[in-house]
Amino acid sequence: MMRDITLGQYYPVQSPIHKLDPRTKLFGTVILIAALFVADNIFCYILAAAAVFAVIAASRVPVRHILKGLKPVLFLLIFSVIFNLFLTDGKVLVQFWIFKITREGILRSLLMAVRLIFLVMGTSLLTFTTTPNQLTDGLEKGLGFLKVIRIPVHEFAMIMSIALRFIPILVEETDRIMKAQTARGADFESGGLIKRGKAMIPLLVPLFISAFRRAADLAQAMEARCYHGGDGRTKMKPLRYRAADRISYVVMLAFLGADIALRVLL
Amino acid sequence: MGIIKAEDLSYNYIKLGEDEKTEEVSEAVRNVSIDIHAGEFVAILGHNGSGKSTLAKHMNALLLPTEGTIWIDGRDSRDEDALLAIRQTAGMVFQNPDNQIVAGVVEEDVGFGPENMGVPTEEIWERVDRSLEAVGMTAYRKSSPNRLSGGQKQRVAIAGVMAMEPKCIVLDEPTAMLDPGGRREVIRTVRELNRKKGITVILITHYMEEVIHADRIYVMDEGQVAMEGTPEEIFTQVERLKELRLDVPQVTELAYGLRKRGVPLSPCILDEEQLVKEILEVRAGNVHNA
Repeated sequence: MMRDITLGQYYPVQSPIHKLDPRTKLFGTVILIAALFVADNIFCYILAAAAVFAVIAASRVPVRHILKGLKPVLFLLIFSVIFNLFLTDGKVLVQFWIFKITREGILRSLLMAVRLIFLVMGTSLLTFTTTPNQLTDGLEKGLGFLKVIRIPVHEFAMIMSIALRFIPILVEETDRIMKAQTARGADFESGGLIKRGKAMIPLLVPLFISAFRRAADLAQAMEARCYHGGDGRTKMKPLRYRAADRISYVVMLAFLGADIALRVLL
Repeated sequence: MGIIKAEDLSYNYIKLGEDEKTEEVSEAVRNVSIDIHAGEFVAILGHNGSGKSTLAKHMNALLLPTEGTIWIDGRDSRDEDALLAIRQTAGMVFQNPDNQIVAGVVEEDVGFGPENMGVPTEEIWERVDRSLEAVGMTAYRKSSPNRLSGGQKQRVAIAGVMAMEPKCIVLDEPTAMLDPGGRREVIRTVRELNRKKGITVILITHYMEEVIHADRIYVMDEGQVAMEGTPEEIFTQVERLKELRLDVPQVTELAYGLRKRGVPLSPCILDEEQLVKEILEVRAGNVHNA
């Protein structure tokens, strides 16, 4: 049950996109974001749409599954469409009371919606095709240059991967404490927001104490196994670019170039 | 000099009193001198709070002695430059299996130690293969540790230490949180490493059943070594062990009682089977040569 929860949204299928180096995928996401913000005419969007759908097809993640990921941003989407629709000046098409809809408004809100949709689809594609651990590794290595300005990249990555390992353990522990407290008469289910909030205290206090104890134990175990930060550390599974990654980089840069060209020329 | 040698080792915990000004010093370990030889299987027995875990943490330089000295393979634990070498020589397995596994995949966790030591990638893989093989966990190498049983997790933890290729493994109550099946599993693994690979094993525990096969036993009480000897020498002193608040196994106690009443049993009986066998022998009239 609880110990089987999968973290993140990883969609486990075999595909060329799944096999890419996480750094490549991270870079691709950044390129897509950049391209969508550069885009300002219909051709740029067609290009972006073609690119996103091509990657989705290659990833073997069903489009329906990806569209489901749009649900949480639906509100934001509607919000921005309405604002752009009513608040853009231009040639008035329809007018009632104080509201007016302009030709520019329709165009702009449409483009804004498309931009947001592709943004969410592109970034969720990253999490669908990359496990949290790969993502952590990719961030550690990909952002390694930040070490020069004293940002502890390795430490952050280590914190993230340990958090990922301990989340299921702590979820299980929460479950256990909850049952133990329920057995002693604690009530987590009735009452208003404030009463329920207060009811969490007998759950959170033991959970925090246990989490701190685990942290102390783990720190000691890591020290005992010669952990001394990122210096001089080697990797059992180092990230290595393959031919597919190199080709991807070329394609991605060509895509960004084409996008910019379309904006400048048209 | 043995692989681990302590001389007059003392360790004090200092804690603040209620008013947060006065310091209370509690002596966890007092004047302990031990000498453990390469290849030995040594058990350290003691009830809770006897100082056995504190002593164990000195063998890995996780704690440094307040007084006295401990040498690990000839290196003084206070020598900061030797710290990593010491931790590599004497690997340590802890009580809680969940709190010592770092990675989310078994094989990656086993590779954690060698990664920290800066071992080249190909060699890490070889070491991981060998270590998982040695503890019999190769089949689970791609699993998440969360799906393993307690005994399996401890075997992974042992493999993690083995991958550092230590000369000696210190196990600090590795079975305290396991069920009887898991306990046997871990002890069997440790014994095999000792016999087949010649690894020095220091097993800290309060379960006497686990130390029957040890070469030598130290019994600790109130921070001091109270008894020292072979299992036979230790287990024949049932009354002394009870004084030291150790749970003598029921069969041992029964055998001890019978022996005191004149039933000719061997002096060191630690499991039911052995007792039943000897009682049957006595009934059959073959008087034991005890």
